Amino acid sequence: MTRLKAHPGIGPEVRGLALVARDDFSARYDLDRVQGVFSRQSHALFGQSYVGRILVLNTAKGGVASAWMLRDMVERGLAPAGLLFNRVNPILAQGAVFANLPLMDRFEGDVTDLIASGDEIVLDPAGGIVTILRRVAEGG
Amino acid sequence: MTITLSDEAKAMRAGAFGEARRLAIEHQIAVGRFFDAPDFVPVTQAHVMGDTESLGEAGVAYVERLAAMPQAERRTRVPTITDPRGLDFAAYRRLGQTEAMAALERRAARALEALGVLMTNTCINYQTVLPPTRGEHLAMGDTGVAIYCNSVFGARTNFEGGPSALAAGLTGLTPRYGYHLDRHRRATKSFVVEADLKDLADWGALGALIGRTCNSYWEVPLIEGIARTPGSDALKQLGAAMASFGSTALFHLVGLTAEARTRDDVTDSPLPAPIVIRDSDIAGLYARYDATGERADVVVFSAPQLSLIEIDDLARRLDGRRVHAETTLLIATSPENKAAADRMGLTGRIEEAGGIVLEGVCFYQSYAREMAQAMGWHRLVTPSAKLVNIIGGYGFAPTLRTVDQCVEAAVSGRIVA
Repeated sequence: MTRLKAHPGIGPEVRGLALVARDDFSARYDLDRVQGVFSRQSHALFGQSYVGRILVLNTAKGGVASAWMLRDMVERGLAPAGLLFNRVNPILAQGAVFANLPLMDRFEGDVTDLIASGDEIVLDPAGGIVTILRRVAEGG
Repeated sequence: MTITLSDEAKAMRAGAFGEARRLAIEHQIAVGRFFDAPDFVPVTQAHVMGDTESLGEAGVAYVERLAAMPQAERRTRVPTITDPRGLDFAAYRRLGQTEAMAALERRAARALEALGVLMTNTCINYQTVLPPTRGEHLAMGDTGVAIYCNSVFGARTNFEGGPSALAAGLTGLTPRYGYHLDRHRRATKSFVVEADLKDLADWGALGALIGRTCNSYWEVPLIEGIARTPGSDALKQLGAAMASFGSTALFHLVGLTAEARTRDDVTDSPLPAPIVIRDSDIAGLYARYDATGERADVVVFSAPQLSLIEIDDLARRLDGRRVHAETTLLIATSPENKAAADRMGLTGRIEEAGGIVLEGVCFYQSYAREMAQAMGWHRLVTPSAKLVNIIGGYGFAPTLRTVDQCVEAAVSGRIVA
């Protein structure tokens, strides 16, 4: 098990599988929120489902809309399980608070390097700790 | 880090001012803690994104819950205005938007009005409603509005998403972090513009290039070398594109914007070597979205909404011409500008040419994916760099062109070189 330290975050503890890319994030710019997939062709995760995954991305981009959208996505059962960033902007933080969706940032190192897609991780936002339970490369 | 609350804020948190303000301050405390805000600062205006495509059913239900509370508890404490709405009630049927969308939009507007929110439906409130003054603390809920108010006027705001801006309207406060603090307003990156910016779209392209390079809410670009003094509409395109491509919230144009009379006013230690932006860089950005010769399904002037001066310019360009039968020309502006354009005959002239003038919307916030499907649109042409950045995620193939080229595309139905 590896423990990664971050700034204290937002929302409840959550466990899930990571979906990682060295790309940025906006609910409005990047997602088809009806189908639950990344819909922007130039996005590194284009075509992939984000539902129930813990997204690990570089930073937030673009507009204000994600602040409303995350809660609607959570209520419709088409949301990620959590969000990790290197550095987030206020919009996604505000949206995570409004949606009660776990969100953390400001890690020691580049979080998109520290975690790989498929890793099983646990987010403890209050404590500012992410624990990698099982790495995808280890199989099992 | 603990966040210091005034006695009044503590009372709000304890519920002494009602449930709406209690929910609002709790939301703001959580956001403030995340960003290590030391305390709260009073704001003089809040600006709320209230389009239903963003709110969704969950957001509308939340605002309705607040609207059902006693009037003394639910009324905003500072002037609170709105960003563009999800559809124009006078035009939505022509654009393939549905009755269900209109019904949700009516519910949202009724609920927001019950909170005392002024339905301005505009993303150019700094041109049309009440421009802020230097040092004024605000809660602005549109990235283009926030960057313009921070940069051009020297006012102080973070990007305040809908729930947070509404909370600021209810409490009259916002957590003091980010661009409310002096230390975040210093330049962190340096740019020298050698490019010759001739068209409004060029200013957006410049904003796109700077924003893409900064790529962080926390970077503040310092820009030098601008040869001609831009007007408000040029700075509007510059800021909106920078905020869209980079999540940038503040820029300093040396000698032009409020806090940057000189370079020394906004720099501390030496900045990294400047990044030079040349004509070829601007051309490169246009080239990225090029589709010369293709059919133009829809030509959109919006993002941000147009000033009255821009509408007049388009009316002049369209006089005696006719929009192509297979192309739709859309021009979006604020309700106040639309009324003025109606009164001055500009709307009539644009409609005579086959264009549609929309009020209170900004295109991308108005169910763009569903519009595209209903109308059979794929190729979109616009002079807004912000719009080309956003609209790809909605299934459009966007092309960036100058204002003149966009008019030609609307008339000929083809994207011209």
